[in-house]
Formats: sequence, C-alpha cells, structure tokens
Amino acid sequence: MVIYGVGVLAACFLAGQFIGESLGNLLGIEANVGGVGFSMILLMISTQWFQKKGILPAQTEQGILFWSLMYIPIIIAMSATQNVFAAFSQGILAIMAGIIPTIFLFLCIPMLLKFLSK
Amino acid sequence: MTVLNKLFTVNALIVAFLVVAIITWLSTVISQKLLKGKIPGAAIAILFGLILAFFGGKWTGGTKGISDVAGLSGFALLGSSMLRDFAVVATAMGSSLKEMRKTGWIGAISLVLGVFVSFFPAVAIAYAFGYRDAVSLTTIGAGACTFIVGPVTGAAIGANSSVIAISIAAGVFKSVFVTIFTAPLAKWVGLNNPQAAMAYGGLMGTTSGVTAGLAATDPKLVPYGAMTSTFATGVGCLLCPSICYFIIRFIFGN
Repeated sequence: MVIYGVGVLAACFLAGQFIGESLGNLLGIEANVGGVGFSMILLMISTQWFQKKGILPAQTEQGILFWSLMYIPIIIAMSATQNVFAAFSQGILAIMAGIIPTIFLFLCIPMLLKFLSK
Repeated sequence: MTVLNKLFTVNALIVAFLVVAIITWLSTVISQKLLKGKIPGAAIAILFGLILAFFGGKWTGGTKGISDVAGLSGFALLGSSMLRDFAVVATAMGSSLKEMRKTGWIGAISLVLGVFVSFFPAVAIAYAFGYRDAVSLTTIGAGACTFIVGPVTGAAIGANSSVIAISIAAGVFKSVFVTIFTAPLAKWVGLNNPQAAMAYGGLMGTTSGVTAGLAATDPKLVPYGAMTSTFATGVGCLLCPSICYFIIRFIFGN
C-alpha cells in the first residue's frame, strides 16, 4: 500500500531529524546537524534491505517516489516564500557579502576535485 | 467575492498546488518554445518563484514572500522546510550509498573549506564598508555561510540587530545566487557527477540554494548535494562563533 511507503519515509525522516537535533544539542549549538543527511542514509539502508528481502512492492515504492517527484514543485514554492525583498532593502553590502564569497566557492569546486584526485 | 475569498483561505494548500502547477507549465512552455530548451523549465520556474517572493514582500511588507499575499498563504506550507526536507530525503531512494561512502571525506573537507571561503571574503567586504569591530565583522562573515549561521553567530557573540539583519540578507543573497547560477556554471566547474555534487553541497552550504540549484541542473545529483549541505549550517554554527571569531578578534582586537 502507498501509505506504507510514506510511512517508511516518515519514520526515516523523523529518526534522522532526531539524530541531527541531538547532535546539535550535544555540541551545544542551536542548529540541526545533518538531520536530512542521516534521514537519507536511513532511507537508503532500509529500502535496500526491504528490496533484498523482497518486501518492497511497487505500490509501497510509489509512496516514496511520489514525494521525490514533488521535490521540484516544493522547491518552487520555497523560492516564492524567501524574504527576497528584505534582502534587497539591506543594500549593497549584503549583496556583495552574499555573492562575492559564493563566486570563490564555485571556483573551489574544480580545485578541490583536482586536488583530491591526485 | 467573499465566497472566493473563503474558498482560497480554507483550501490554501490546494491553491498553492494549482499555482505551482501553472508556474511549472508556463516555465516549461517558455523553456521549450522560446528558449529551445537552453534553460531548463525548473530553473525558470524557480526564478519565477523568487520574483514572486520579491513582489510579495514589497506589496505586503511581510517576511514570507508571496505567501503573505491573501489567498496564497498555502505557499508557506508547501514551501516549508518540513516538506522540503521530507521531499529531499525521498530523493535519496535509488541513489548510491556506495558512492556516498566512497566520497564521504570529500564532503567533510568541503564543509570546513566552505565556511572559511565564505567567511573571510565577507569579513573583508564588511571591513571595506567601514566596520571595524570584531563582533560585527564576524556576524557579517557568518551570514555569508548561510542565513541561519549569521543570526545564530550574531546572537552568540552579541551583535546588534542591524548587523544581524545584514548577515541574514547576505545569506539570502547567497542562496538566491546559488539557486540561479548553479545551472549556468555547472558545466564550467565540472558539476556533473555525484562526487562533484557532494563537494559542491558542502562548499555552498545553503541547503535551499543547493537543492534548488541542483534541481535546475540535474535532479539526479540532488541527494548527493543535499547530503553534504545539510551538515553545513551545523558546521558554520560551530566554527563561526568560535575559531573564526577568535581569529577576527586576534586581528582587530575587541
């Protein structure tokens, strides 16, 4: 059933978020450390395990696939709810402090990959 | 009119579904017919979203973009971090755990590098704009990591609210810039495989920018970028008020 897939996804999501929140607490910072990352690892491990056991029927899988396909529409909605106007009203310093370091970051990608492939 | 108002308010999320579907359809038509597929439909739709967010904020004076406009409040739920993270986690199904484990340490390096490469140029820019105190410089530098690291750091070291506002704005600009420019820059920086996506996610750090940028570039890469970027805010919140702040205090004094 579709809801089983959604349930597996929800379980992995909540467990991962719990790990992320706890890790943040443990480190004494007010932030979730890697919650989404842990959730993703849990989902990959559990769905692979279910597949191996042969207990991941197509319908169950659909429950997870639906949400992964809803991802881009959700991102569009998220973009539309960013505080873009307030960001612009903070002036040129905020624009430069946001954009110039990001250009350096883009330049780091090929450098990092080249360095690591040696 | 009151019937319509009530309909839109009670069914806010459904309205958001419909509006996003229309935006997606328009963007796909523009992408295929006008631009001959040179810019992917998703990229145009996300850009549409950002423009709507700008006008939403301008018209209403609110902080949540288009969702502050009456009748479009459903955007706040559909675009919430809860649903975003839920959908991002779902994209992990079918991606390779082996690939992530193989290149996991690239992610770790990129996370730390990402904080420093964001932080120090932003501090230099703040300095050029006349800021001289370590607290303000550090807070603006932290804002260049993500729009959460800025206010968290500012609160931790006691920055004033106008500096915190600048740091949040810097983080939002970063996220917008990453969202828009990932697709056009992807080829140029070699962002076309899981390994590069993990390095990219860790370096950029902004989860909203990374996930939106990769959505417009190659949706297959989303889980790899999301995997590392989800750690970035935590790493930034760890490094900025501590090591980075000490370095800035060492250079500029109190």
